[in-house]
Amino acid sequence: MIRTLRISARNLFVAVLFASGFATSSSAVTPDEVLQDPTLEMRARAISQNLRCVVCQNQSIDDSAAPLAHDLRVLVRERLVSGDTDEQVIEFIAARYGNFVRLNPPLQLNTIALWLGPGAFLFIGAIGLGRHLRRRSGDDGGHSPGSLTAVEQQRLDELPSERRSA
Amino acid sequence: MAPEIGYFALLLALFVSVVQSAALFVAARRHDPMVAAFADQAALAQFMFLVVAFASLTYAFVTSDFSVEVVAANSHTAKPLLYKIAGVWGNHEGSMLLWVLILSLFGAAVALFGRNLPDQLRTDVLGVHGMVGFGFLAFVALTSNPFARLAQAPDDGNGLNPILQDPGLAIHPPFLYLGYVGFSMAFSFAVAALIRGKVDACWARWVRPWVLAAWCFLTIGITLGSAWAYYTLGWGGWWFWDPVENASLMPWISGAALLHSALVVERRNALVSWTVLLAILTFSLSLIGTFLVRSGVLTSVHAFALDPARGVFILGLILFAAGGALTLYAFRVPHLKYGAPFAPISRESGLAANNVLLSAAAATVFLGTFYPLIVDVIGNDKISVGPPYYNRTFVPIMIALLLIMVIGPMLKWKRDNLRAASGRLKYPALAGLLTSILVLIVTSGHNIFAAAFMAVAVWLVVGSFAALAYRTRLGDASFATTLRLARSTPRAFYGLVIAHAGMGITVAGITGMTSWAAEKIGMLRPGKSLELSGYVLRLRAVDDVAGSNYDAERGTFEVIRKGRFVARLISERRFYPVRQEQTVAAGIRTNLISNLYVAIGEPDGSGAWAVRFYYHPFMPWVWIGALTMALGGIVSLSDRRLRVGVPQRVPRPAVAFAGARAGP
Repeated sequence: MIRTLRISARNLFVAVLFASGFATSSSAVTPDEVLQDPTLEMRARAISQNLRCVVCQNQSIDDSAAPLAHDLRVLVRERLVSGDTDEQVIEFIAARYGNFVRLNPPLQLNTIALWLGPGAFLFIGAIGLGRHLRRRSGDDGGHSPGSLTAVEQQRLDELPSERRSA
Repeated sequence: MAPEIGYFALLLALFVSVVQSAALFVAARRHDPMVAAFADQAALAQFMFLVVAFASLTYAFVTSDFSVEVVAANSHTAKPLLYKIAGVWGNHEGSMLLWVLILSLFGAAVALFGRNLPDQLRTDVLGVHGMVGFGFLAFVALTSNPFARLAQAPDDGNGLNPILQDPGLAIHPPFLYLGYVGFSMAFSFAVAALIRGKVDACWARWVRPWVLAAWCFLTIGITLGSAWAYYTLGWGGWWFWDPVENASLMPWISGAALLHSALVVERRNALVSWTVLLAILTFSLSLIGTFLVRSGVLTSVHAFALDPARGVFILGLILFAAGGALTLYAFRVPHLKYGAPFAPISRESGLAANNVLLSAAAATVFLGTFYPLIVDVIGNDKISVGPPYYNRTFVPIMIALLLIMVIGPMLKWKRDNLRAASGRLKYPALAGLLTSILVLIVTSGHNIFAAAFMAVAVWLVVGSFAALAYRTRLGDASFATTLRLARSTPRAFYGLVIAHAGMGITVAGITGMTSWAAEKIGMLRPGKSLELSGYVLRLRAVDDVAGSNYDAERGTFEVIRKGRFVARLISERRFYPVRQEQTVAAGIRTNLISNLYVAIGEPDGSGAWAVRFYYHPFMPWVWIGALTMALGGIVSLSDRRLRVGVPQRVPRPAVAFAGARAGP
């Protein structure tokens, strides 16, 4: 059993700003599902956008018109009305359908590489760039045999202006 | 008869691709203009044969020849002509035929317009291209023959998936393929250069137009796909971080990185080995894009051809092409020379930082797309990676990129001074700051997200033009000087300005849509109305109408604002009897700044219909910005320095070192 390291998504990055994200407003929500309380309904929508419809091909339950998605949307709203927090609602559904339903993968043992990957890519890139700059600085004008001669390079640099006079 | 002609032409193209590849080996031993001419003719012949094959299949679709298996499975006599034609690539076999046709089109274009290339390089490029062509032609001929006949032809066909019956989608795949396949040229140039062990400024100058063209096509293709999703899927979503969308986004990002790094090779002869690697990776990502859609390994709304056996073949092709090229790269890279040095504050550094960020962004999309697969195979667990992941990883990387997109073009080549450079940034920064304050005031301080991102958007647009102003010394020198400088500024630079500003427009669109989109859902009887963001939507009537090959319930709506009529919107729920499938056609009204969007849903049986009404501010800007980026690419492509096939009208012969050096 993999232990879920529960880390609030808010702490992951300074990305409170992005929490609302680029998920599009949408949906397959039908009028009879909509809750009276607008704040609860907004929370329900936000939760639905982060839950995957398990019978569909890569859609959130908020987007899917499938009957199961409808049932889950109703379930989400029932839990909210009965006083669950957003986190509890998601836990409740993930406990029944597995982590597969979470469109926001939790940080756990088998997702460490997923969450650390982007930072690692940037780090590797920055190291590479840094090394390149360090190696290069100081040795000025070192031309390799395969590259352009100084004259050719100069012509190349001048091309735009020549183009005009042509 | 036509299908047999098509099949025969396909096999001829396959044979020609073999001899075209052979040119590579012959050219290695013999310096003979005949070999180059031979490769050119082979590339042209391959293209002609595939035109014949493609035309035969199109003919079978147009004439509804149901003895052909793919026609029977994907077409129907009652379908409009446009969708009979679009049906050619609305299925696996036909779309693969389109793929190889476009591949050979690029080969033929090099043969025709690549006369300014040294014979040897052109022969090598066409030889490598022939090998790629051979792999895919073998795939089509062996596993996906579009011309297979049925023993007994059915009376009528199965029809085309209704959501694919749309003008936008009819032209979306050809553009997407022109993009994907266009990167094959970058691959062939890279491998050809590795074979000769020579990569220099000339190489970068020759490869750049092909990369630029492919990138423009891919930009347009992705835009069309996004717009199609927006109005077809019936809820106004335009990007889903779906595996297939990611598959097109990855080569788009790495293609953008390649464009910029090739610039450094061209101008400064630096970042050489990296650029070659990027060319190989970009095409590999394009191939993976094909693989994703074809294989069914990753489920997606777009996948219409799920067949693991074909997936294995394509996977083999990718491993061979990418693996072979990377092995060659590993052998050759120690011999590739490092070019001219550059300082930490310089245009080269800006472009290198751009490459670091773009590569990290592409790698992040790759990780997010394939991670569930890895976890499934290795850990026997199932997870999903959805929009929240990309919002927390991809978006911050892109923000960094958007910030340096303005700084880079302001820096001088080789070496620049931080203080002077920051002086040039004062107007974009000021404009961004004012924007954020304005947004905060308008939203009474509630929307920090929108304020920050709108500021970035304005920073980009103003910054792009500020780069032009700086270059032409606007306000710094006399107006006549500025005018003269503006005229002498190459088109490639105008392309930069337009494309970067386009990115700003897209960012503004995404921000506005994300922050201020509103929706209202309700059950409506005719005569009743919904209200949203000051707009009143009234359902006038619901009628049963008959379409060309569907029956529909047509809801007619009118939109009123402050007592004034704004628009009439029509949304249909269409039922396609041939496929027993249903689609929703949304009613959309755009004023190029915001969209009003209505979709009619299920009736409740007592005379009311579920109606979804959306207000989508700034939505059109997402696509306007994207098309502006493509326009920037096209303007840059028209730069005479890059134009292929046009004789270089440069008076001094010494400059024509391109052709002279490689002469016999």
